[in-house]
Amino acid sequence: MEWLTITIDGREVSVPKGTTVLDACRMNNIPIPTLCHAPELTSAGACRLCVVQIEGMRNLPPSCVTQAAQGMKVETQNPKVRNARKTILELLVANHPLDCMTCQKMGDCSLAEYAYEYGVTGEIYQGEKRNLPIDSGNPFILRDPNKCIMCGKCIKACTEIQGKSILDFSHRGFNTQVGPAFNLPYHESDCDFCGSCVSVCPVGALVEKQMVGKGRPWEVSKVQTTCPFCGVGCNFDLNVKDGKVIGVTSNPDAPVNGKALCVKGRFGMDMIYSDNRVTTPLIRKDGVLVPADWDEALDLIATKLGEIKKTYGPNSIAALSSAHCTNEENYLMQKFMRAVIGTNNIDHCART
Amino acid sequence: MAGLATSFGSGAMTNSINEIPNTKVMFVIGSNATEAHPVIGTKMKQALAKGAKLIVVDPRRIDLAERSDVWLRLRPGTDIALINGIMNIIIANGWEDRAFIEARTEGYEKVKETVQKYTPEVVSQVTGVPVEQLVEAAKLYATAETAQIFYTLGITEHTCGTDNVMSLANLAMLTGNIGKESSGVNPMRGQNNVQGACDMGALPDVYPGYQKVANPEVQAKFEAAWGVPLDPNPGFMIPDMFEAAVSKDLRALYVLGEDPVITDADANHVRKGLKALDFLVVQEIFLSETAKLADVVLPGASYAEKTGTFSNTERRVQMVNQAIKPIGNAKTDGEIICELATRMGYPFEYQSSEEVMQEIAKLTPIFAGITHQRLGTQGLQWPVPHAEHPGTKFLHEGKFNRGLGQFVAIDNQLPAELPDEKYPFLLSTGRKLSHYNVFTQHSPSLENYSPEELAEINPTDAKRLKLKEGEVVQVSSRRGELKTKIIITERVPVGMVFMTLHYFDSPTNVLTNGAFDKVTKTYEYKVCGVQISKLS
Repeated sequence: MEWLTITIDGREVSVPKGTTVLDACRMNNIPIPTLCHAPELTSAGACRLCVVQIEGMRNLPPSCVTQAAQGMKVETQNPKVRNARKTILELLVANHPLDCMTCQKMGDCSLAEYAYEYGVTGEIYQGEKRNLPIDSGNPFILRDPNKCIMCGKCIKACTEIQGKSILDFSHRGFNTQVGPAFNLPYHESDCDFCGSCVSVCPVGALVEKQMVGKGRPWEVSKVQTTCPFCGVGCNFDLNVKDGKVIGVTSNPDAPVNGKALCVKGRFGMDMIYSDNRVTTPLIRKDGVLVPADWDEALDLIATKLGEIKKTYGPNSIAALSSAHCTNEENYLMQKFMRAVIGTNNIDHCART
Repeated sequence: MAGLATSFGSGAMTNSINEIPNTKVMFVIGSNATEAHPVIGTKMKQALAKGAKLIVVDPRRIDLAERSDVWLRLRPGTDIALINGIMNIIIANGWEDRAFIEARTEGYEKVKETVQKYTPEVVSQVTGVPVEQLVEAAKLYATAETAQIFYTLGITEHTCGTDNVMSLANLAMLTGNIGKESSGVNPMRGQNNVQGACDMGALPDVYPGYQKVANPEVQAKFEAAWGVPLDPNPGFMIPDMFEAAVSKDLRALYVLGEDPVITDADANHVRKGLKALDFLVVQEIFLSETAKLADVVLPGASYAEKTGTFSNTERRVQMVNQAIKPIGNAKTDGEIICELATRMGYPFEYQSSEEVMQEIAKLTPIFAGITHQRLGTQGLQWPVPHAEHPGTKFLHEGKFNRGLGQFVAIDNQLPAELPDEKYPFLLSTGRKLSHYNVFTQHSPSLENYSPEELAEINPTDAKRLKLKEGEVVQVSSRRGELKTKIIITERVPVGMVFMTLHYFDSPTNVLTNGAFDKVTKTYEYKVCGVQISKLS
């Protein structure tokens, strides 16, 4: 691999050839603000927030679409660069609702984070603000086009991750919008509700409906786990607050799927709290299943299985193990049947 | 699984999911990946965006068919004829990989002889696929730089399922499209841990790691580890269990996390078997239809409530991490089994699921190098033969697990039950994107989004039967009947009805045929005869 030496803020660093200036900075822990960039998507160079100054270049180039070159001298924090970024942020905030207190994205909003860092007040550019209808006609995604900053990441995620291309820009100038064709609500479009768009949205324009009002980012702990629906084995983060799962978010480091999920994995976790859960042992008495305590239930099973084994032999007992349970549990189940009961009568529903 | 085990020596997906975006040609047969394995479907679409070619073999106009370069709309149950026909064309044109066949396989001559009679014209007649499409598919697949076959239950859920699989293995070996990156034969496993349940020996003939119960050395190893004498005779497979229950050879059944009343074919027969038992224990997270028949129901814990591992379809063992405590008075399934074993006089004294994994690793060569700690956030793909091994991305590089790849000559076979005068429609079953088996109906949001069965019927048939979109009809077979709403769509060909297995109110498996594959005893969920009647 060919390596290049470039200078960033007076510091000499080596990066592989083909690296963008943005990646070169990030590899070396030099922070650059971005709104339209995501490592898993192609770069658009749309938001211009990642501009830097490069010696010999007339304008401030966006670092996400500028390739590093041998000997390049980059400045990322000088007043000219910071002013340019601040102006971009002022313009974005000028047409963005400032209802941050009640916004689901509060605490995890890139626009708010950078506005704070760059001292943006929202007072410089006064003018008309959008007042578009909120798309809430589906059970999964809440879409507030008034909060959209036109970064285009959701459009790219829909095309490049999900391969659906449901979303795009429409109209021009002040009236520009992002949404499905003809600005249909999500549920009237061909959307699969994979939620990749939500996973990349930097602001509160796209949020998980189930999580609205359920918890703030700083109250939530994330537990990486493996999805229980289908054999692909996607990983995601269960979002837990006060001992309760409130939702699922993508984990970019998931080995199989990255940020991609499907409607079931991302939104089907409310199954955990279904009213149909059995939450206590049940024993049939006089033909009816009635609640029992664990000791009674387990003793009854041990006694019954013991009797049947004694009377009819171990092969009169069988078990179905489960393709839903863990490896460890399946191991224990077959060991139970083989070593404790004494039979190979163990199977599960999918041995194709 | 049995098919690939015969051909290659290992019944698992040969390649990895993240090799899909770089594949040049994808041959997708009997798999509706964008709905049944959505993120794999996503990866396939990513491959298409990079210029890959797609061959889809499916009677239904699935999403992938819409995006394919060649869509072979075969008659259900004619897969072997189609694959033999494609092999016939490949050999006739000299597109086979002679060097690979010679160096890596055995039994080729017999297959060559068998496929001779499957001329394009004959195959076209049997399958309903035009000759030109057969030729195009054969050329695309055989001459590709890298090509992967993907299949799921559309291949295996037939009475000739194992033969279907071995036919696909023949096709891969014929062209040398196996044993390298982005080239292989990939059965995509349906449930989150089917691979793991198999890996762990939840099968009547093998211990964990596919070690045969009938092998005396293996038996001695497990007897020494577990300290008890073990039975060398394979046990009952599922269909045998219900038969044995009816004949009173089986007296008690312990069901962990399954709902055979809904998910097994010919549900009424299953119900009869379960009712004949002296004692039925069901350990479940929901009060399932099977649980409702039980003598004792034990409340298990969901994936969010326990720690352990799942093995995904690409053999990747990954952590399941506990996020919350079990709901109510529920316990993890592992805990319950341990308590029961202890009460029956054989103490299972594991402190954690990690300790169970240590025992698994000790006894299972393909898991030997796996610990929870090593799995971390990225998992490991088995075989992992020792503690430093990085895991195995794709199988059969340089050499098949069984040594030489085994060609098996196979002839076309008819499904056990085809439509006839009384039951003139062909019913095929599968999944849809918004649901997963009989599980997700318990998710209020998914249930709200997709609340009911919509049986697919072709416009021509709907017109003939004077059916309207959304109308509720009665569907009946020799085994049972149900009511369902219909959707009128070109997705299904004339004469076919498609239903999912997801809904308690339209329990499709009262209709399906209990006939099964002779080797794996997998039911023929994909083909049976039904009648559709207007209700009013």
